[in-house]
Amino acid sequence: MLTMKDIKKIYRTDSIETHALRDFNLHVNEGDFVAVTGPSGSGKTTFLNIAGLLETFEEGRFELDGVDISHQNDAARSRLRNQKIGFVFQSFNLIPDLNLFDNVDVPLRYRGFSRQERKKRIEHNLEMVGLGNRMKHLPAQLSGGQQQRVAIARALAGEPRFLLADEPTGNLDSSMAQSVMALLKDINANGTTIIMVTHDAGLATQANRNIHVSDGKVSEKAMSLSPEAAQFKPSQHKRVVGLSE
Amino acid sequence: MFNYYIKLAFNSFKRNPILTGLMITAIALGIGASMTTITVNYLMSADPIPEKSSQLFHVQVDSWDPNHGFNDEPNTPPNQLTWTDATNLMSAKKAFRQTAMAKSGAIIQPSSPDINPFEASIRLAFKDFFPMFNVPFKYGNGWDQQADDDRQLVVVLSKEINDKVFAGENSVGNSIVIFGQSFRVIGVLDAWQPLPKFYDVNNGAFDEPEDLFMPFYLKQELELPNWGNTNCWKTPEGEGFTAFLQSECINFQMWVELKTPQDKQAYMSFLNNYVNDQKELGRFPRPLNNQLLNVMQWMDDQDVVADDAQIMMWLSFMFLVVCLLNTIGLQLAKFSAKSGEIGLRRAVGATKRDLFMQYTVETGAVGFAGGLFGLVLALLGLIGIRQLYGEVLNDLASLDLTMIALALVLSLLASICAGLYPTWRACNIAPASQLKSQ
Repeated sequence: MLTMKDIKKIYRTDSIETHALRDFNLHVNEGDFVAVTGPSGSGKTTFLNIAGLLETFEEGRFELDGVDISHQNDAARSRLRNQKIGFVFQSFNLIPDLNLFDNVDVPLRYRGFSRQERKKRIEHNLEMVGLGNRMKHLPAQLSGGQQQRVAIARALAGEPRFLLADEPTGNLDSSMAQSVMALLKDINANGTTIIMVTHDAGLATQANRNIHVSDGKVSEKAMSLSPEAAQFKPSQHKRVVGLSE
Repeated sequence: MFNYYIKLAFNSFKRNPILTGLMITAIALGIGASMTTITVNYLMSADPIPEKSSQLFHVQVDSWDPNHGFNDEPNTPPNQLTWTDATNLMSAKKAFRQTAMAKSGAIIQPSSPDINPFEASIRLAFKDFFPMFNVPFKYGNGWDQQADDDRQLVVVLSKEINDKVFAGENSVGNSIVIFGQSFRVIGVLDAWQPLPKFYDVNNGAFDEPEDLFMPFYLKQELELPNWGNTNCWKTPEGEGFTAFLQSECINFQMWVELKTPQDKQAYMSFLNNYVNDQKELGRFPRPLNNQLLNVMQWMDDQDVVADDAQIMMWLSFMFLVVCLLNTIGLQLAKFSAKSGEIGLRRAVGATKRDLFMQYTVETGAVGFAGGLFGLVLALLGLIGIRQLYGEVLNDLASLDLTMIALALVLSLLASICAGLYPTWRACNIAPASQLKSQ
């Protein structure tokens, strides 16, 4: 489903070359919940950016859902991002002057859905994350955990195959982090493949697969799964997830 | 998507009201200054009679000093005619329509004791003056050939004079005392203000038309005074009015209506033959140099659009450029503050083209608002010009629909051009670098 083979990524300035990824190899199956851990500067975010088609790479081969990414131009990568990938960021990245409805609407606008279809999806996803009654609120009127749930609703509105989460609980306190994690697990259980970068080993153990990135390379941990993660099986049918803090 | 982009533009205005306000003000100042000067130039250089300006020709024959060209220009014939040439050319009747003209003035003595005698300007012309220049009549008509030939004391009043002397009533058939003579009113003009006053630009291209119109030969009959510019290259031989009329002094204008290029060619041949005949009589010592210029060529030849008005226009364009450079800076600052949003939109699937359209619409909306504000400033500028120059530019200081549309289009284009670089930069922001840092 997602296959990276010998990916090499180098950042260059006038005098410095930084090898962010070298011989990076990874295969992610449909329905996986992959936690990516590693020290700062190890290449986790670079990997996630390449996986999310936000950055290009120098060498190697990357296939996403059967599409060879190295041959896609910028517009095609934008379309792929729009159709197949949802993003959740540490700092939520909501647009401050748009209300929740309009924030969730952003990716759908670029998808070309009808007004009716967009409305249906926005309302469904905001209901799913427990914010159906606050659609006209601005992000600043919400707590951090609520903002992250809006970001998750936005990521899911287009029904992507992949959800890429970069430190999704990094700005949240532990109880909010747990509720967001529970939401992500429910989403994964509904069939969405999730790749989550995290520094939190405790959260990583809740994923059903854990990889460690160090010096731009993957070292997959044969870690023992937590009891919750062990029970974790992607289902074939989506369901509505309710959440409250 | 256009409606969506408009909505986002207004959201952006609300988010950055000060930056947006500064941009709108910068564009408005540039547009206001430009439109003020463009309007004056536009009205100065407008075709005053577009339906037939290419068929009306100003007649020039070079009767000037053999040693010095007119205005010391070796190849320029004089801009007016002598009485001799004006009357000779009129007698020949070689054009479809033709009129020699002169400007004069006299005292009007209204019959009503409530109105004091006052001085009025006079246009002396032939009967063709009215149909040639599409002069509109409110009452009555112009005079006929008989009136020209018999030097009848008939007069056509301007609307203003009729309003003043006859309280706006139909005065056709009434008498009016002008220059001590009783004239019969045969026509009253409707409102008429050709801009520029093309038929006599050398006596004030933006002056009002004359108050009274009467047959040309009354100039000689009544010895009406010369108004306007009179130039002589040699002293009249003898004293008095008749000597002046027989001199080489120029004070008369002449226009002909020629419908086809062949007619023009034929008339030019006629002029050349006429001058050659005159040379045999000892006149026209300079080489053959006659000229027939149509209305717009004549405007151009006479520099109707003043040089300083053109310089002001170019200066105002430079000011607009400075304002747009400021707008570019403000736009860069605004888009820089939006880099997080730009990164997010790219991440969720916006193409560079989507963002380019979004921010072009936003810039265009700023430009449109700047254009509207600029129009208000342009109106204030034109009022200022009217205050500064008084009646001379009164009719040149008004915005018509064309100018309003031009202001908005200019503003839109200018702002979009100014926004190209900031928009291009915004579209090329690497999304990954913005998403982590927000």
